[in-house]
Amino acid sequence: MDAILLQILNGLDKGSAYALIALGLTLIFGTLGVVNFAHGALFMIGAFCVVTLQKILNLSTVAIDPTKVDFLGNPLKVKTPYIVNWFGEAAGSAIINWSVPLAILFAIPVMLLVGYVMERGLIKHFYKRPHADQILVTFGLAIVLQEIIKACYGANPIPTPAPEVFRGSFDFGVWIGMAENAVIYPYWRLVYFAFSAIVIASVFAFLQFTTFGMVVRAGMADRETVGLLGINIDKRFTIMFGIAAAVAGLAGVMYSPINSPNYHMGMDFLVLSFVVVVVGGMGSLPGAVLAGFTLGVLESFASMNEVKGFFEAIYLPSIDQIIIYLVAIVILLVRPRGLMGRAGVMEE
Amino acid sequence: MSKQLTRRGVLKSGAVVGAGLTMPTIFTSSAAAYTNEPKGGTVTLGFNVPQSGPYADEGADELRAFKLAVEHLNGGGDSGMMKTFSSKELKGNGILGKKVKYVTGDTQTKSDAARASAKSMIEKDGAVMISGGSSSGVAIAVQGLCQEAGVIFMAGLTHSNDTTGKDKKANGFRHFFNGHMSAAALAPVLEKKYGKDRKAYHLTADYTWGWTQQASIAAATEAKGWKTVKNVLTPLATTDFSSYVAPVLNSGADILVLNHYGGNMINSLTSAVQFGLRDKQVNGKNFEIVVPLYSRLMARGAGKNVKGIFGSTNWHWSLSDAGSKAFVKSFGEKYGFPPSQAAHTCYVQTLLYADACERAKTFNPCGVAEALEGFKFDGLGNGPTEYRKEDHQCFKDVLVVKGKENPTSQFDVLEVVEVTPRAQVEYKPDHAMFKGGSLGKCNPGA
Repeated sequence: MDAILLQILNGLDKGSAYALIALGLTLIFGTLGVVNFAHGALFMIGAFCVVTLQKILNLSTVAIDPTKVDFLGNPLKVKTPYIVNWFGEAAGSAIINWSVPLAILFAIPVMLLVGYVMERGLIKHFYKRPHADQILVTFGLAIVLQEIIKACYGANPIPTPAPEVFRGSFDFGVWIGMAENAVIYPYWRLVYFAFSAIVIASVFAFLQFTTFGMVVRAGMADRETVGLLGINIDKRFTIMFGIAAAVAGLAGVMYSPINSPNYHMGMDFLVLSFVVVVVGGMGSLPGAVLAGFTLGVLESFASMNEVKGFFEAIYLPSIDQIIIYLVAIVILLVRPRGLMGRAGVMEE
Repeated sequence: MSKQLTRRGVLKSGAVVGAGLTMPTIFTSSAAAYTNEPKGGTVTLGFNVPQSGPYADEGADELRAFKLAVEHLNGGGDSGMMKTFSSKELKGNGILGKKVKYVTGDTQTKSDAARASAKSMIEKDGAVMISGGSSSGVAIAVQGLCQEAGVIFMAGLTHSNDTTGKDKKANGFRHFFNGHMSAAALAPVLEKKYGKDRKAYHLTADYTWGWTQQASIAAATEAKGWKTVKNVLTPLATTDFSSYVAPVLNSGADILVLNHYGGNMINSLTSAVQFGLRDKQVNGKNFEIVVPLYSRLMARGAGKNVKGIFGSTNWHWSLSDAGSKAFVKSFGEKYGFPPSQAAHTCYVQTLLYADACERAKTFNPCGVAEALEGFKFDGLGNGPTEYRKEDHQCFKDVLVVKGKENPTSQFDVLEVVEVTPRAQVEYKPDHAMFKGGSLGKCNPGA
């Protein structure tokens, strides 16, 4: 029971990342009809917003300490962050310590801008081109962005720790009446899950309860008719692209303490997120979220030793690596439009 | 009758035919004697390192070291360890008077990609030696290719027992230590620190290095009284280890052994710390984590999580021997930070290759191999070292290290707690973990 609960929690965490990326992908496909293979790169850029903010907050004055030496035996250069000089040791250190949550504020305008530039600068030229062209150009863009990040920040993963207060773990099992140490879970992963739920709910509320969202939904259903009513639907869709980019970026920001940002993290998530979108149903926002969490939990269960052992016995090793694809194949064979997809989409 | 064979006639004909066969060889032997015999005033070396994938960090440092070695061989810089190397053949005028050029490739930490880039460097760029690595799977694949092609492979960072065990090759040489040597050095320290009554849970990278590393450390610790509760294989491409780490605390184990390296180790150790393993008590003992193969680069990537965690390493920049100091100065002044063990190994391998060519007075791989076999040297940072003839494995002292509790800088993340003498880590060539396969014969290629 404890092992199952643990894997459910783990799966919800993985599912949170899949769902957030898939949500953005679906928003773009649903509004602009573009299959955006650069979406994983947006997730990565979000994580590197944390790295960038961390670097900014750690910009330092350098003083020579003649009493100490560096690794070459030269007098040691002691760095003191400007922020510590300005706000004092306690406040300055606290600001640096909270760089991940602070990066949310930093990442939102950055990601909106990145999304806007990407859509206006490149993707709008491919609206009327076949999906294959869109995939090629966005995949190329993803590689370019990845290499730019590699050139600027190097190939090494860069540690971006969560605030001190969230670094530990808590005994979830004891909290629900189980034995001690039965289900230990890190605080930050719970924060990540909660954050994802809030972002997903906000996007749905925005589309459901605002005039802007209503127009966008109408545009998704019938773009030409909305245009004929005198509404600049293209502008709204461009804004939606920016919002989708921001959602992916925020997923990356909050994910950065879980796995240190590195330049290929976007690619690690991209393919899986596409599977999630297709399984959920192309263009279906609830479908993306449902499939994201479902496949995350399934993947987590598949990594259990007992499950792996069972599948190894029937000659299916590394089931945890392929479970998502197997499930996707079955679902698409039975229901080509995906779990909650619209009739006609991906069915011909 | 006149056409009958006579003794004199046979001798004359034999002499003519023999001369005829020999003459072209005399004039063209240098053209086809061995693969990629250097022509003109340069010799090309091929550096095949991971520039992407989980070991990209190590690969970048390896490449820096290769470039530094080439600079020193060509007479640039401060000569680094060429001044401290016990062999005095290298003069800073290239190798055998030829200026050293190099080409690079990206292994992507994948065997097929590594073979493809090594093949290209041999066939298109004329590389006479291939070096590099950072994954034993890659090293074994490229070593096999070099054997077939007839060039020397100077292994970079490869720690699997199999590289000089069942997959050893006559054209391949390894300066780096291996899983068995790590375990032999580490087990007594772990016993002393954590006691005999321990239960270990292993997470192991699912390829040749992980398998042999896990088998070695399990055998060495079990010999000290530990029990191995479980060994779980994790794919090399795994980035999120939470599913593997989460069940550990509830498994009855009180030690987690991470047979992971590079980005994998950073992520698995981070997950283990996030799941609170280091803060818990199991079986009445503090839960502990062990990382059998450490490097400064991955220790830095894992941040504060490495504090107090034991492991082994091939070399560390804080060593105070003349060779290590010369290399750290040379590398540090050029790049602004100390070299990693990966950088050290690759630098040393390039110097050792160049030196062997000088001593053999040829680039012919068979001559070079003969010069390296049984070669004893000092002054390259690991103390007295020997390339064993039987399997081309280097034998030297092994360092046991620990994540530093109070680092004084971003580079000061590991401290050497013990230098294990060579005698304690040495094994016979037919040791159970190294048996099988054959060194075969040196292949000069063309």
